[in-house]
Amino acid sequence: MKVLRTWLLRLRGVFAKDALESDIAQEIESHLQMHIDDNLRAGMSPEEAKRVAVMKLGGIDATKEAYRDRSTIPILESTIQDIRFTLRQLRKNPAFAITATLMVALGIGASVAIFAFVDAALIKPLPYKDPSSILFVTETTPEIPRAAISYPDYLDWKRLNKVFTSLDVYGQRGYLVSTQSGMEMVFGARVSDGFFRTLGVNPVIGRDFYHGEDLPEAPNTVILSYASWQKRFGGRQEVVGQPLTLNELPFVIIGVLPQNFHFAPMEAAEFWTTLHPGGGCDLRRSCHSLNGIARLKEGVSADGALADLILIAKDLERQYPDSNRNQGATVAPLAEIIVGQVRPILLVLLGGAGLLLLIACVNVASLLLVRSETRRRELAVRRALGATTSRLIRQFVTEGLVIVVGGSLAGLLASHWAMQILVSLIPTDMMGSMPYLESLGFNARVLIFAGLLAIFAALLFSLTPTLRLWSLDLREGMAEGSRGSAGQVWRRVGSKLVVLELTTAMVLLVGAGLLGKSFYRLLRVGTGFEPEHLITLRVTAPRGSYLKNEQSVALGRQVVERLKRLPGVTSVALTSTLPVNFNGNTDWIRFVGRGYNGEHNEVNQRQVSSEYFSTLQAKLLRGRSFVDSEDGSKPRVVVINQTLAKKYFSGEDPLGKQIGDTSLSPESIKEIIGVVDDIREGPLDSEIWPAYYDPFNQVPDYDFSVVVRTGQAEQSLIPTIGAAIREIDSRINVSNATTMMDRVNNSPTVYLHRSSTWLVGGFAVVALLLGIVGLYGVIAYSVSQRTREIGVRIALGAQRSTVYRLIFREAGALALAGIVIGLGCSVVAASLMRKLLFGTPPWDVTTLVSVAGVLGVSTLLASYLPARRAASVDPIKALRAE
Amino acid sequence: MGNKTEIWQGTLALMILKTIETLGPLHGYGIARRIEQTSGDQLSLNYGTLYPSLLKLEQEGSIVSEWGVSDNNRKAKFYKLTRAGRKQLARETREWDQTTAILAKFLTPTEDRT
Repeated sequence: MKVLRTWLLRLRGVFAKDALESDIAQEIESHLQMHIDDNLRAGMSPEEAKRVAVMKLGGIDATKEAYRDRSTIPILESTIQDIRFTLRQLRKNPAFAITATLMVALGIGASVAIFAFVDAALIKPLPYKDPSSILFVTETTPEIPRAAISYPDYLDWKRLNKVFTSLDVYGQRGYLVSTQSGMEMVFGARVSDGFFRTLGVNPVIGRDFYHGEDLPEAPNTVILSYASWQKRFGGRQEVVGQPLTLNELPFVIIGVLPQNFHFAPMEAAEFWTTLHPGGGCDLRRSCHSLNGIARLKEGVSADGALADLILIAKDLERQYPDSNRNQGATVAPLAEIIVGQVRPILLVLLGGAGLLLLIACVNVASLLLVRSETRRRELAVRRALGATTSRLIRQFVTEGLVIVVGGSLAGLLASHWAMQILVSLIPTDMMGSMPYLESLGFNARVLIFAGLLAIFAALLFSLTPTLRLWSLDLREGMAEGSRGSAGQVWRRVGSKLVVLELTTAMVLLVGAGLLGKSFYRLLRVGTGFEPEHLITLRVTAPRGSYLKNEQSVALGRQVVERLKRLPGVTSVALTSTLPVNFNGNTDWIRFVGRGYNGEHNEVNQRQVSSEYFSTLQAKLLRGRSFVDSEDGSKPRVVVINQTLAKKYFSGEDPLGKQIGDTSLSPESIKEIIGVVDDIREGPLDSEIWPAYYDPFNQVPDYDFSVVVRTGQAEQSLIPTIGAAIREIDSRINVSNATTMMDRVNNSPTVYLHRSSTWLVGGFAVVALLLGIVGLYGVIAYSVSQRTREIGVRIALGAQRSTVYRLIFREAGALALAGIVIGLGCSVVAASLMRKLLFGTPPWDVTTLVSVAGVLGVSTLLASYLPARRAASVDPIKALRAE
Repeated sequence: MGNKTEIWQGTLALMILKTIETLGPLHGYGIARRIEQTSGDQLSLNYGTLYPSLLKLEQEGSIVSEWGVSDNNRKAKFYKLTRAGRKQLARETREWDQTTAILAKFLTPTEDRT
């Protein structure tokens, strides 16, 4: 208490200095007066009286000094002095102050912004109880590493496993909901009863699903997502217990999920319902439509769990060879499924931002070095006047701190701004699969990270000039215009820093180059069709009215006819699944007239209308496409893709051959009538799978995608198309209407490649600029130090070209060192980001050579100016300057 | 030991407090003179060293200061004991007595040696 009071009073003293100062002066004055009075009374002469009084006091200034030290906090006071001095110095040299602060702000801003993403995606724990013990569990096949699990297999896994405290499944389901603006298609999920208990999530209001609530006989209940509760029900408490009609079926709302709940695999599911297994798929062991999550028993590892599941899968394979052949099991940490895709890109970006910060800091450090060099004389004078080394060091530390504090604050602002821009650049669809980004922003971890960066920068900035201080020779510093060893030392340190900068710039440039090339390759990848001037959209008709095949066929024909009549539309086609989407929705096929060992010939299966291939402008290689009249009343036919033809009909003519399901049931037999060039069904960076296409009219559906080829302005046609379809039946839901180009460009693969290319490219350009400026600084300084030497050379008859060569050789050596070391580091760095490269090896020679070329040319340009200055040195002036 | 002794800070604070307690509110010069006189001129202190001590005591809340007028009509800063100061004085006097008593036992040759 007493100590605190003392320090508070002393702190006040720091700021109330003037009042204090006059108080001290007055008190000492009155002390001396009283003493002098006494001395005079004792019979001394006035001079004697005064002399004795002052002597007895112990000196007026010494007393004031001791008093002052006690009345304030001396170290704080001198720090304030240092800060004032620094600010004055910086104001005198605003170019330096602004450059240094901006560079720090840039480095810290970029790093902090990227780190905030890393934090939101990779560090912040998922909003589940003990998320690290939750596994993602599914089946696996030789073709699909993570295939879905079938309902009967799930029941067996749940019953037989000894490694999980619980195992639950979820699947996607779209729900048609009637709203004021007509029928709306809403994302939903169907889950087994214990799904939320396995995650460890409790509804904020209402209740969780009961045990057994997922069985066919249980009533239909639904839990709302928090967002849906707010949006559709105004956040009303009494929503629990209310009825809700989904897909024309009555449901009861039983609860609402917490606000921070998200489950990325189910994107933005609004309605969570239970499985209620039924229909064609759920009861078949070969129909894989669900994915599992499981909570590990204590002490069981993921590998242990996998081993147990594999045993069960093997058992099931023996018991049900027809459906379960080659159906293995796979597990992964749930976090891996949710953030696995963005992890490599985020880490690469964080690395890039870190390198940028490094280069910025090195640049500022070398600027500070140059400054300390030009202030040698001032320092020497201050030291000669009695400043201790530690006092001088404190001055440098203060200077570094002022720059870091200014830069960091500006950097935090910049990062806040950068985060908002980056998030706004993420397409809505992508954002849906990255719900964890909604918590993006400053939090304790991000601020601590920013603090650590600032400390790192502060250390670097205060250490570099401090190191220089040790080698500062007092006498040498005082002598006007002297150079010699000190200049040499700086040139050595400075040039090492420049090599470091050039290396960093090289790594970033190579990274950007490789990513750019991958991106280029990705966009150049053949899609097998002409994506320009195509509009795509999804049509979902109410199930009840279009249950019969004839009704769906009629609807399909109506849609095609209606849209074809629109001006600007050249052709229209339907498909069950749009291309450049995903590999999946597969079928196991068997060939009539060939031996069969029960193997699973897994191929993509699509249902398309007669003009599909011509609308996409996909190339029909052999045979013919469907005709519109080929419906359920005609023999079944299919068109296969070239990969299927090559894989299963090598050296044979596939036309006229027949394929069927695994048991060759008569109704599944269809004849191959055509071969189409491969259409990329999966993402751009995925492999082409074998595929076959059924005529839509033979396998119709009330839920399909429409592809419309237009003349020029496809964008403006989009609203017209939606309206035209609703004219057919106002209850039809039209969703995801967009152009094919937008779909491709906003697809996750393309988006990830594009954004990483742009961001790393941006970092690289800035790094290149900073590196070049750094090199320029070193060479220019070196030239200014060598003016006399160059003057002598010229006086002795050296040619200007010799001087140019001299300077270029110095710059060239630094650039070469930077490039060579950079090449090595680049290949290592590129191998680390191999996951992000597409069709480009980490050691891609073209990229490495062109980056080396760019750096080489830029360094030459940077050294041209100083070299010209050196060559134009006037020998007489140079020699006289000393 | 010489006739005139150097004194250290802690003791000085105690002497200051005792002096103010004895004489009532007093200025720095008066306190310095009194300490010298009381010690029978055995203590010689630079009067200046008194002021940081006074400031410290004031910061700790043991004394308070106020400008006033001296006997000789000089303007001077007078120091006055606070309640906390009185307590501190009593405590430190007690502690000092104990310390000296213990030291005295150590340093005085004992009569009843066996």
